Amino acid sequence: MPGKEILNSKEIERALTRIAHEIIERNKGTETLCLIGIQRGGVYLAGRLASCIQSIEGAHIDTGILDITFYRDDLYSKKDQPVVRTTDIPFSVTGKTVVIVDDVLFTGRSIRAAMDALIDFGRPAAIQLAVLIDRGHRELPIRADYVGKNIPTHFSDMVEVFLKEEGKEDKVVLISEQ
Amino acid sequence: MFKTKDLLGIKDLTADEINHILDTASGFKDVLARDIKKVPALRGKTVVNLFFEPSTRTRTSFELAAKRLSTDVVNFSVTTSSITKGETLRDTALSIQALGADFVVVRHGTAGVPHFLSGVLKASVINAGDGTNEHPTQALLDFFTIRSHKGKIEGLNVVIVGDIAHSRVAKSNIYGLIKLGANVRLICPPTLMPAEINKRNVEVFNSIEQGIKDADVVMALRIQMERQGKGFFPSLEEYFDLYGLTGERLRLAKDDAIVMHPGPINRGVEIASDVADGRQSVVLEQVTNGLAVRMAVLYLLSGVKE
Repeated sequence: MPGKEILNSKEIERALTRIAHEIIERNKGTETLCLIGIQRGGVYLAGRLASCIQSIEGAHIDTGILDITFYRDDLYSKKDQPVVRTTDIPFSVTGKTVVIVDDVLFTGRSIRAAMDALIDFGRPAAIQLAVLIDRGHRELPIRADYVGKNIPTHFSDMVEVFLKEEGKEDKVVLISEQ
Repeated sequence: MFKTKDLLGIKDLTADEINHILDTASGFKDVLARDIKKVPALRGKTVVNLFFEPSTRTRTSFELAAKRLSTDVVNFSVTTSSITKGETLRDTALSIQALGADFVVVRHGTAGVPHFLSGVLKASVINAGDGTNEHPTQALLDFFTIRSHKGKIEGLNVVIVGDIAHSRVAKSNIYGLIKLGANVRLICPPTLMPAEINKRNVEVFNSIEQGIKDADVVMALRIQMERQGKGFFPSLEEYFDLYGLTGERLRLAKDDAIVMHPGPINRGVEIASDVADGRQSVVLEQVTNGLAVRMAVLYLLSGVKE
């Protein structure tokens, strides 16, 4: 299926740099800030945002990994068996401003699951959301605080994010059915 | 992955399916280490523990596993049920299903009962031990424990010593360990070796000193007291003298060998007390891992589409 490239490597880098600046500005620094990436794409993006924020502010920022499989609401409707990945949050989220990082924001159900999972780890002072792509079609009252790029899509389209951490060339591709 | 709604035995699983259960169990083991040891994965589902044989640890483990997944759990034990009033197994099972059970965890003294129920019920049936046939979740937790210590199962020398003939734990372990590529060795008196053992896939020893040499894993099985005086072996004392897992015998295994036991332990019968409590013993870890493995089984079965 032919796909249309909607972000290239340079554009992804610029978007993440801008988001890093926005996160610092909105939170007036990094003092109580931490980043948590959702498996899998969000984990790499959280790592990149963290190093970007560190190079701007010169301060260490805690970064965690969250797998939301056990909190999903579609166990009974998915075709494939769920695959459980690592969750690793080696710090307390209580009292922190947690920025959840994901690659694509679509129905909002993953973010709902991520918030439920996160709250089982502690009581964050606030939860914010950063995504590389917002493709619309929300099914829950959820919106992102930081967006790399908004793209209009059909519900049946697929948005694929390729990242160099997975051995691919950085790019975002929109795949339409027809 | 899973093709059926039920977990009846390790015999029916492929190596890939076993590994998928173990990988999923790792995720649940992490959950069990958190402050909030509960996830909403199976909210609204109902698990019925249907136990026709006494059991403390397996039933408790299934109950807690089910609760950690946010299901509702009902324990149905034979002494308090209408079975004593003459109800058939099929009727009991059907009425449990009519109550809305999504999972029926069954233990029964007769081999094949879970298989029979799987045909009668729409609910997922999980075998928690059927006669001398299988005890699949115990074997899965054993594989999980071995894997977490040794990193793999393929190529390991795994020794099972004890009453192989009457042990469903041994059967399930043998089926699975062979599929996972371990070298399986069975040690027991000739009277306790099942007739149907296929010697092409396992090595059989009547001497523990010979069989335990270079073992990576030593699994001792419980000698059931009721076997005594039935001609299988002269006395518990003699069994311990000839087959008991002692520190001296364990030294013949590899230095980093782990010692396993499905419990409950008879100290001084199949295993010496100092070995059961020793540095190589992972007996209590097995119990903890059992929770994670049972959570994984419940979770994965509920995702199966028929």
